[in-house]
Amino acid sequence: MTAKSQTIKFHNKPRLIAGMSVVGKKEGEGPLGKYFDETDDDPKMGKSSFEKGESAMFAAAVKGAAKKAGISTFDFEALFAGDLLNQLVSSNYAARDLPVSYYGLYSACSTMTEALALASAMVNAGYYRTAACVTGSHFAAAERQYRYPLEYGCQRPPYAQWTVTGAGCSVISAEGNGPAIISATIGKVADYGIVDANNMGAAMAPAAFETLLAVLDDTEMNLEDFDAIFTGDLGRLGARILRDLCNERGLDLGQKYSDCGEMIFAREQNCYSGGSGAGCSACVLNSFILSKLNRHEYNRVLLLATGALMSPTTSFQGETIPAISHGIILENC
Amino acid sequence: MTDKALQRNKRYTAYVDKVSPSTNTIHSLLKAFVIGGVTCVIGEILRNLLGMIPGTDDNQATVYSSVILVTVAILLTGMGLYDKIARHGGAGSFLPITGFANAMSSAAMEFRSEGLITGTAVKMFNVVGPVVVNGIVWSSVSGILVWAVSMLMKL
Amino acid sequence: MLLPQTWWGYALDYLIVFVSGGICCVIAQLLIVKTKLTPARILVLFLITGIILQTVGIYTPLAKLLRSGICVPIIGFGATLAKGAAEWAMQYGPLGAFAGGLVQTSFGVGVAVAASYIVSVAFSPKSK
Repeated sequence: MTAKSQTIKFHNKPRLIAGMSVVGKKEGEGPLGKYFDETDDDPKMGKSSFEKGESAMFAAAVKGAAKKAGISTFDFEALFAGDLLNQLVSSNYAARDLPVSYYGLYSACSTMTEALALASAMVNAGYYRTAACVTGSHFAAAERQYRYPLEYGCQRPPYAQWTVTGAGCSVISAEGNGPAIISATIGKVADYGIVDANNMGAAMAPAAFETLLAVLDDTEMNLEDFDAIFTGDLGRLGARILRDLCNERGLDLGQKYSDCGEMIFAREQNCYSGGSGAGCSACVLNSFILSKLNRHEYNRVLLLATGALMSPTTSFQGETIPAISHGIILENC
Repeated sequence: MTDKALQRNKRYTAYVDKVSPSTNTIHSLLKAFVIGGVTCVIGEILRNLLGMIPGTDDNQATVYSSVILVTVAILLTGMGLYDKIARHGGAGSFLPITGFANAMSSAAMEFRSEGLITGTAVKMFNVVGPVVVNGIVWSSVSGILVWAVSMLMKL
Repeated sequence: MLLPQTWWGYALDYLIVFVSGGICCVIAQLLIVKTKLTPARILVLFLITGIILQTVGIYTPLAKLLRSGICVPIIGFGATLAKGAAEWAMQYGPLGAFAGGLVQTSFGVGVAVAASYIVSVAFSPKSK
């Protein structure tokens, strides 16, 4: 690792041994519906509020992941969790019922890769043997906090994004089967002056671009070395901007690249530019990407989750939107 | 921020404005026109019908018809239908008085989970607050102006 | 009504209402699509337009012609506020200006508040 590198390499190969995804109805009806482990038609998960529902989704994801890994939640030594709500309430309240050390993380929609990076580092260093990473988001709860009341009639521009209702949990372990996390690239905050809070794809694309360049630089790999490259939730517009930015540098992303937010909803579902939210990359990673890796259809995958680091307060104050992207490389080895 | 970064941002935002898809203008204008127009026609029909009731003058009929529009809009909001109309109507559904009612009732419903006193009652004016506040402030200014002008005329 | 009370008079009357109401909404929609103004700002803009129209005395003749086409959009709300404020100011002096607008619009606002309260108890918002 050189002094300038943003990338941490994990030589002891911490492995992603199991993943669990719990999603809402709309996501279950989307193109990736058959990959998700659990689809819940009730957005409140039988609880009294959307926030409690989101928390219940977290708990379901963590318990499901433990079950799929063949262990119990008691075997987790640490939980790295995050969501989009103020003070990370969904994660906190879900963690209240779990008997594990708890790290609450906030990196907006890129929390999943931040959690995976930290968990892998801890497991790689030998501090923990097994750790869980969970992030999620909820459409109704996020709307209340970031936008308008649910029943308020307003039109959104076509480049707006739809918050994914869902939670995804990954189990990182020092031993076991599954793809190894070979490196994590921690992004720098990038702000290219986008002010429109509806246009998060455009705000986040430069962050993904900068982190992608850092990954290629630090690991000395080329685009050809990856079977697939995923970004978290840039949406259709953001994905297009990222392709343009890469083309400017002579990098052709081509067919290898897709965006989780673009994949999770079909165009006919009226979700504007695609999905967003901390749950978006978490659900797609733990269903679609993980199953492709386990079936050796992919052998090396780069996941760049992206997050827009604004709040309604800063938006009203006319601040530009800073964005971040963290990348992890998953490899069958 | 350095000059270089500022220039980069300027270039980037100009590029983003170029590639961002825009709403289909003609289509959305047409829908706003029809939905807004229909809302007004419904108001007019109510007003004319109410005006037929003996002892009701046109002013009262206007008030009652807007009260009915407001109530219906709030009911539609409660049933979760108003925002479906508004997704097409855009300005056609937020500019008429029904939009005012929708904004108020949707906020009231949204924050119901935080309690009737601390949620519904506090946050009801979350969205319509600007209209109420500006309305009161500027109409008061206008009233005082009218009064002042009439005083000057008397001099 | 300005038009003769024949069937085409009524039809024209409704047509005027439809077109004028529609045009108000089209202007607002244009502002949304072409500028980055939020709905809240546009509402305030139209409200203040109504107040100004009433203050300078254009609103009353307009409302006679366009009827619900101008009084159902938020412009009408602004005009009613201004009308009340002016009437009360003339009757009770400048302090009346602060009360008049509220009194004139109290039917609509009062019903809206009460009905919203009831609806918030009876219904809960749905995730889309």
